[in-house]
Order: sequence, then structure tokens, then C-alpha cells
Amino acid sequence: MILDLADDALILSHRCSEWLTRSPEIELDIAFGNIGLDLLGQARSLYALVGDEDQLAYHRDSHEWRSCTLVELPNGDFAFSMMRLLAFATYECALFNTDPGRDDVRAIYVKAIKEATYHFEHAEAWVLRLGDGTDVSHERMQHAADTVWPLITELCSAKPAIEAGVRATLAEVLATATLTVPTATASTRRRERTPHLTDLLHEMQALAREHEGATW
Amino acid sequence: MVTLADARMRIEAVVDPELPFVTIAELGILRGVAVDGDRVNVTITPTYSGCPAMSAIEEDIRAAMDGIEVSIETVLSPAWTTDWMTTAGKTKLRSAGIAPPTHLTGAVPLILSVRCPQCGSTRTSELSRFGSTSCKALWRCDDCLEPFDSFKVL
Repeated sequence: MILDLADDALILSHRCSEWLTRSPEIELDIAFGNIGLDLLGQARSLYALVGDEDQLAYHRDSHEWRSCTLVELPNGDFAFSMMRLLAFATYECALFNTDPGRDDVRAIYVKAIKEATYHFEHAEAWVLRLGDGTDVSHERMQHAADTVWPLITELCSAKPAIEAGVRATLAEVLATATLTVPTATASTRRRERTPHLTDLLHEMQALAREHEGATW
Repeated sequence: MVTLADARMRIEAVVDPELPFVTIAELGILRGVAVDGDRVNVTITPTYSGCPAMSAIEEDIRAAMDGIEVSIETVLSPAWTTDWMTTAGKTKLRSAGIAPPTHLTGAVPLILSVRCPQCGSTRTSELSRFGSTSCKALWRCDDCLEPFDSFKVL
């Protein structure tokens, strides 16, 4: 569970960083940077509980990762990235409200829930604005919702008890945004790595692997 | 041999690398200083999980103790909130053109309008929920029209 969440947070953090200098406006660039930083911090706190963060981040091959498809998918358009962030922030908010059964993890949850709530509000505002926007923005948001919805089961697979709540929250936002709540479902298993993770790791790990022990 | 009073004085004066006009004590980042023989034990806490200033703060604490052995522990619990910021810290933020956080806890939590640190007007609006650091948002005064950073209430 700890590694599932840490890997999800780190991979989505990297996806956020890929938006830098490419966002529709500079405030969104800054938002992606800040959100990515929060997720990176969450990942580091979690990695510290299970091992060495550099070993875990830079020296595992794709088959050793436990991240889910939702965070591994490429950024796509802004609509998809906001819909994905909404889903992930909803998931984190629900997860951080559960009792992990140990004090060190609980401390991370209590710390991170405020960050996840802030991410949720940001993503929600954009899903509402674009879903209930122009024909084009509505169509793109609907496509994003259709892509994200089937992946929720896998996202929640380490804590299935929260899935219904996550879907209910998402469905409420989608309905308010005049979007159709999808019904399709998909595979529930983690660890079926997508080829996208391999590409991401190639870039994220290149420097650490080619220059062992490199520092800033 | 370092005394507790000396260690406290030096470490409490360490400033935040991203807000170099306020100390880590005033921000509530510094959680404890203790002397154990020849070693000083320091406890600090991050404002946000990913605060990139933490390693710089650790280096600055070691530099402030000037060769004396320092052991630094970063704790997450209890989680930092802006209510830990001292009144002096908030005043210094305002003087530097950054709107300090409003009070969070109380019987009825209220988010009051952010007061412009330049002209004092409460006719202000949020430009961007995210700002130049994790702990700040970008606002604008609708009276004097100056944009300003606002410390997020956490």
C-alpha cells in the first residue's frame, strides 16, 4: 500500500513537471509546478518508510513499479490532465481520511490531506469551467472523463473500500459540469505496466543511471 | 560545551531561505532545540510536504552552530499550520509586501478577505491559487491595483 501510493505520487509528479513551459497560461504552469512539488514531497515521505528514496526512484525497472495506469498515461491535452488530477486528488482525499493503522503513515496522511484538498479544488474549478464551457471544451472534457472513469477501480485497488466514495464525488462534479457520467469499467489489477511508464522512467532515471552518485 | 540558551539564540535567528526577512522560529518551522552533551538536537517541520527549502534550512542551522555537532530531525506530526506563525512573523511578512495568513482555528472558522499589504484595502481578489512558492497565492488589490503575494491559510 505504501509503495503503491508513493509510486503513484512520484509518477504523477513527473507528469506535472512535463507541463512546465507548456501550460495554456503562466498561472497554470505555476500550478502544475506547485502540485508536482507537493506530490514529490508525499512520495519522498512515503519512500522513507520503506527504503532508500534514490534506489526506489532511480534504480527500479518498469516491472518493479506499482503505479497505476491513470498516472502513467501521457499528459494528453489540458482537459485530460485536469480530469486525471481531479480523479487522483479525489482518491487521495478519500484515502487520507482512512486510518492507515500506523502512526508514521498517519502523520503523512494528515499532512498531505490539505494539499490534496487544494489540488482537488483547482482541478474541480477547471473541469467545471471547461465541461460547462464551449462545444469544443465540453467535448474534450467528456472524452477525458470517458478515459479516466474505467481506471478508477485500478487506482483504488489497494484500498477498494474507498472506490464507491471516489466515484460518487467524481460523478457529482461531472454532473455539475454538464458531463455524462460514464459507466464503462476496466481491469482492476495493478502491476500490468503500460509502455508509457518505460518511456517516463527512461527520461527520469537517465541522469542517475549514467552518472552514478551525481549531485547538483 | 554549548549552552541551551546559546544554541536557541543562534538557531532561532536562522532565516527562511525563500522569505529571508522572517526566521524559522517566527514561521513555526522550528519545533525544538535541546542540548545533549556536546551535541545539539534540533527538530523542524515542513510547511508543505514538498517544501524544497528544508535542506537549505538544515545547512543554515549547521552553519549557525559553527562546527558544533548538530543532529536535525524532520517531523511531520503534528502537521504545521499557519497558526504557528508568530505575530512578529506576520508583521514582518506584511512589511515585506506579503499578506500574512488570517487566523484559521476558532469556534467558527472564517476566511476573511485578504488585506492589501500596500494600502490596507480589503477590496482584493485572487489572481492565481498558486504562487511563487508552495505557501503563497497571487492576489491583486482592486483599490491600489498592486499585485501581491498572499500566504495561504493552511
